[in-house]
Amino acid sequence: MSIWEYANPKKFLTTTERALPWLWALAIACLAVGLFWGFFLTPDDYRMGATVKIFYLHVPSALMAINAWLMMLVASLIWLIRRHHVSALAARAAAPVGATMTVIALVTGAIWGQPMWGTWWEWDPRLTSFLILFLFYLGYMALWAAIDNPDTAADLTSILCLVGSVFALLSRYAVNFWNQGLHQGASMSLDKKENVADVFWLPALVCIAGFLLLFVALVLYRTGTEIRARRIQALQTRERAAA
Amino acid sequence: MIPDLGKYTDTVLWSYAASIALLVGVVVATLWRGRKVRAELRRIEARMTGKGPGNA
Repeated sequence: MSIWEYANPKKFLTTTERALPWLWALAIACLAVGLFWGFFLTPDDYRMGATVKIFYLHVPSALMAINAWLMMLVASLIWLIRRHHVSALAARAAAPVGATMTVIALVTGAIWGQPMWGTWWEWDPRLTSFLILFLFYLGYMALWAAIDNPDTAADLTSILCLVGSVFALLSRYAVNFWNQGLHQGASMSLDKKENVADVFWLPALVCIAGFLLLFVALVLYRTGTEIRARRIQALQTRERAAA
Repeated sequence: MIPDLGKYTDTVLWSYAASIALLVGVVVATLWRGRKVRAELRRIEARMTGKGPGNA
């Protein structure tokens, strides 16, 4: 069995329909447990006080905002190299989900920044690159919607995705590149010294799993919808030709 | 039931409310469009195979 079998829309739909109920259930369970644990059962931070509870939303959504774009990059490259329609549709399906994650990261960051930094917004390298990433998401979705020919749309959006990947990576490493601005470096690290304390890290890990599973479930479901929408277009074209 | 969030009550609760609203929003929009497209496809396929209401 090869992963390329899933480039067959029928195979993709039958497989994902079996997996989706489990993915939805796991995503909801992880989110519920992680957010409950983080909100109700963790202590306040000695510097940030109770605002540390925003961590369980802000960090997972920011991680997913970047990784959603990287997933779109991989799907776009598969489209450009192997011309599998399902991969182009998966990239299209991921964009609104990634954009939502970016909005959550920006909104929670602004709400968190107000009491911590004394401002809702600062033109800091990480915040600015995240805003640009959000604009890339909007541009990507607008480009898909603006072009009638699906193959041309997939080609052009794939190129846009390649360009936008620079900002996806920049938003992750902006703090390291410029070493300035208000935003702190990575809170989650495999290095025990840099990583947050276990009491915050463990519920955050469950929340990250929840966000990741929700992203996967949403993208698989939305890709199925895009495949069906494409089939509707094909059937309507066939009907018109026969009339 | 809600833990004491002190002077950050509004900050924390607004963050949770906004994030959960956005997550629920994207899930609802996804399921709504999915159902709509599925129903449309079933209708067109039924019409094309001659099983639709117009062909009875």
